[in-house]
Amino acid sequence: MDTESTYSGYSYYSGRSRGSHRHGERSRDRHKSRSKDSRSEKSVTINTPPAEPLLGDSSVRGEQVQDDNWGETTTAVTGTSEHSLSQEDIVRITKDLEDSVGLDCRRYFTLTLAVILGLLVFLTPLAFLVLPHLLWPEKLQSCGTACEGLFISVAFKLLILLLAVWALFFRPPRAGLPRVFVFRALLAVLVLLFVVSYWLFYGVRILDSQDENYQGIVQYAVSLVDALLFIHYLAIVLLELRQLQPCFSVCVMRSTDGETRHYNLGQLSIQRAALSIIEHYYCDFPVHNPALLSASKSRAAKHLAGLKVYNVDGPGNNVATGLAHSQSRAMIAAAARRRDTSHNELYYEEAEHERRVRKRKARLVVAVEEAFTHVKRMQEEEQKKAAGDVMDPREAAQAIFPSMARALQKYLRTTRQQHCHSMESIQQHLAFCITNNMTPKAFLESYLAPGPTLQYSRDHWLSRQWTLISEASVTSGLKDGGVFLLKCVDFNLVVTAKKIPYIQMSEEYIDPKSHKFVLRLQSETSV
Amino acid sequence: MFGEYLLYQVYSFFLAKIMSNSTFIPGQPVTAVVQRIEICKLRHGDNLILGFSIGGGIDQDPGQNPFSKDKTDKGIYVTRITPGGPAEVAGLMMGDKIMQVNGWDMTVVTHDKARKRLTKKNEDVVRLLVTRKSLEEAVKHSMRAPNNQ
Repeated sequence: MDTESTYSGYSYYSGRSRGSHRHGERSRDRHKSRSKDSRSEKSVTINTPPAEPLLGDSSVRGEQVQDDNWGETTTAVTGTSEHSLSQEDIVRITKDLEDSVGLDCRRYFTLTLAVILGLLVFLTPLAFLVLPHLLWPEKLQSCGTACEGLFISVAFKLLILLLAVWALFFRPPRAGLPRVFVFRALLAVLVLLFVVSYWLFYGVRILDSQDENYQGIVQYAVSLVDALLFIHYLAIVLLELRQLQPCFSVCVMRSTDGETRHYNLGQLSIQRAALSIIEHYYCDFPVHNPALLSASKSRAAKHLAGLKVYNVDGPGNNVATGLAHSQSRAMIAAAARRRDTSHNELYYEEAEHERRVRKRKARLVVAVEEAFTHVKRMQEEEQKKAAGDVMDPREAAQAIFPSMARALQKYLRTTRQQHCHSMESIQQHLAFCITNNMTPKAFLESYLAPGPTLQYSRDHWLSRQWTLISEASVTSGLKDGGVFLLKCVDFNLVVTAKKIPYIQMSEEYIDPKSHKFVLRLQSETSV
Repeated sequence: MFGEYLLYQVYSFFLAKIMSNSTFIPGQPVTAVVQRIEICKLRHGDNLILGFSIGGGIDQDPGQNPFSKDKTDKGIYVTRITPGGPAEVAGLMMGDKIMQVNGWDMTVVTHDKARKRLTKKNEDVVRLLVTRKSLEEAVKHSMRAPNNQ
């Protein structure tokens, strides 16, 4: 692994880890850090001495002020250390998987409720029709043709209801949301109340009194099925149609590199809006590449490392509140006065990087084009004649891969994308391109620029667990100017919603006969 | 080949009515201070030329006329004078508005009609009545001078 993390003696991370290899590193680094004291590349966080401790609290005072070995008690943070999984992280992840059984329980619970409700809804009309025949068959009037017609209509309406419910509700769940889906819950309650009230009426007026008018009972069952179809219509409108009309324009910004996209959403609750935004994120945003962020962090660290603050006044200083303030002000003033040449370095560094990337890209393009000329699709007639050396796409890809592997790897290293593409995936992509008759340029497109997250292998889907952070309740609707955060392990997505304004349009009628024109010239004739 | 500069004495009885160079009141006759210019046509190959260019006309866009004071004036204006030509010799100047050609009115004509009136093949001499702003100034000066004497 490519980690360049330097763990100092008492660093925060190593203190928590229990793996055995950490101990060896810890003792080694303690010796290293002492020697590296004066070098400026070592990035340190300066702990300003705390505010005046309480008078008389001698134990605390002694511990904090005499802390001269701050070189060993600070954390060195580098850019790539976030991706190293320690033993402890693995333990944590497996524990999380076990904990998520609670979430699954909730999902099964809602599923069973839905199934019970569905069965109740479908069996009720049938029960209404069948029960009189079971309980008082002698008293029942015989069913005429009108009755039989109603049977057919009940059957078909139930079939349509079944298909409609299957289409709307029996879809694989996209996500697990933090709070219950309000509209679905309301609809379920409505259906339940509805069916219960029908049963009540049936029980009281028909079962108890043992009504003989069978046609009336059949009509009652038909009216129940009609009403259920109307409730299904209500469900379509509430769940599907209402949010189709765009009402809000949301601006989604990734916190690490500022990638911004804008989407149009309808009237949704915050959690549903967050879900749709995450789905758009996987399709539209280029993949999050932490290797690209290390440059700015190292610049910031170098900036801090240039300043050292000493507390010359001893522990007997009584100016408690002003101490921390004056320290930070002194630091800022010193930073402003110091002649900063870091912008110069940045400019030249970026120009150099640009040049290097272009050179590598040129070599890569040439190598790939050469490699592709070696492979040719065999024609139909040749296939019957030639026996040996015929390869399927996978073998052809493996044959030409070595000639371009070096150039491709160098290019990926320069653009810091090497961890996104494994050799296996590159060969697979090459075989795919060869099969589909793609040009070398088409093959290279997926490596020249970062694509959407979905394109990469499943390792980069680490962020399947998202946290929604919102001041307003997540089941409340989007509001104009509302802000919420979608947190994942590596970065945040900051979402701002703005309402699309109300548009007042007026018309103006222009008579087609009023389209008349004159020729306006200014000619000059010589006489 | 010489122009007569008609002094204010001849047109003095008009002066009382004249306030501006040419007044255009719709429905009323136009009044202006004019200069009579006689141009003899010059034979140039097969054509008889006068040595100047005209612009304007009732079918043209009056707003593009650089010489007119009133931008709704659709009269015929002299836009260019050939140096050394008969028009320059006769005293025609650029920016003059042509009011009459050989007695024919030129204030309300199309551009093509104006051209035809000036280039009649059987005429050797055209007598123009032209007006310009400097004429009015000169007349005003002369009006004041005898009063001061």
